[in-house]
Amino acid sequence: MKLFSFLFTSTIGRKWLMGLTGLFLISFLLVHCGVNACIFFNDGGETFNMAAEFMGTNWIIRTMEFVLFAGLLLHIFQGLYLWKFNADARKKRYSVSAGSANSTWYSRSMGILGTLLLLFLVVHLKDFWVTSRFTDVITSGEKTLFQEMKEIFANPIAVVIYVLGCISLLYHLLHGFQSAFQTLGINHKSYTPIIQSTGRLFSIVISLLFAAMPVAMHLGWIQ
Amino acid sequence: MSNSNMNLKLKVWRQQNANDSGHFEDYTVQASPDMSFLEMFDVLNEQLITEGKDPVAFDHDCREGICGMCSMVINGRPHGPKGGVTTCQLHMRSFNDGDTIVVEPWRSNAFPVIRDLSVNRSAFDRIIAAGGYVSVNTGNAVDANATLIPKEIADEAFEAATCIGCGACVSACKNASAMLFVGAKVTQLSLLPQGQAEASKRVVAMVNQMDAEGFGACTNTGACSAECPKQIPLTVIATLNREYIKAKLKGY
Repeated sequence: MKLFSFLFTSTIGRKWLMGLTGLFLISFLLVHCGVNACIFFNDGGETFNMAAEFMGTNWIIRTMEFVLFAGLLLHIFQGLYLWKFNADARKKRYSVSAGSANSTWYSRSMGILGTLLLLFLVVHLKDFWVTSRFTDVITSGEKTLFQEMKEIFANPIAVVIYVLGCISLLYHLLHGFQSAFQTLGINHKSYTPIIQSTGRLFSIVISLLFAAMPVAMHLGWIQ
Repeated sequence: MSNSNMNLKLKVWRQQNANDSGHFEDYTVQASPDMSFLEMFDVLNEQLITEGKDPVAFDHDCREGICGMCSMVINGRPHGPKGGVTTCQLHMRSFNDGDTIVVEPWRSNAFPVIRDLSVNRSAFDRIIAAGGYVSVNTGNAVDANATLIPKEIADEAFEAATCIGCGACVSACKNASAMLFVGAKVTQLSLLPQGQAEASKRVVAMVNQMDAEGFGACTNTGACSAECPKQIPLTVIATLNREYIKAKLKGY
């Protein structure tokens, strides 16, 4: 284990863990978005419920759920630690700061964007994960996950919270996607532009798709 | 000449020593647009000395952009508003008559203020001393063609080697991270055969020292490279990350 202790003791090691867990979470987003996008078949949630049942019962997926939470917790704790550590590296602040002249606002705001995402995640997990895993509402057949979705997004406040969550996700990803590769040491003039444009496209498409779900549900476009 | 003079208001950071809390002081100064920023400060100091006041302490040496001594954060940007230049290469024509210019020292825990705008950057020296060298006796200069190095590699190593160690990267970074500096040194040495023998040992020793000095961690905002007077690219940080992990997985 000593071989890997640098992941928790050195700045570059900690950043490596951020990058690795970040990419892992991105791969999760892809699966999550893919399953959820089944609602757009507009078949009364039939395809979506089928996919959701598979995700909830398949043992490989259920095992990966633990790995996912481990990765998420590592990303959160490491992120919060680095946020504090980095803020402490400059005790005396500048009185004039011209950050916008040399970097994007969202690259400088990953801590706050991540915290917003964490707050969103608490709401989101309470809405769906707790209901489907820790109550028998879904398993007993009382209602389907699709019906649960419709009920939650009937509330306009929930829709606003979810859309704000997606905006935080968009900017977190816009920096995070390409930043993870840089942190892992992957930077080359021939393929970094491809990583950067893929990252931008991925961030925008994923966030738009996720945001479209509560909005479409609320407006009754999906029956 | 005299009618082209500019009237400037300066807000300059004054601090007696590392323990003093420091404050801004306002000055007015007349400068020619042809003066460099440091020459404008020379005029200010002449003025202060004539008035019997303490001149502003600031670092400078070569005044031609290669020593890396001049260190001023001008209106929130290290080395001022222009890219790819040091403070000594910045000219007053980059400002307008009547401007108010705020001048602060590099701010980072690892660079304590010595006095006014002058900061102690020996943390960089200690990082270099930890491993930023090739520890073999080279003897007499060998024939230039004895060790073949492809032109692209030589160019890349040279680009990294143009780092003057001024610390603008640390000063621009919101995390006060020194990774562009350390990355430049690690890249320069790890690209060349003479440096490769000690690459793993070097990168771990330099990163350990960097962490011990209290610099922050990189969050890839790119501010360092954007403000670097020598325009060192961000790829050096990726190289640093790569070299470090490679060394760590080899058990260094």
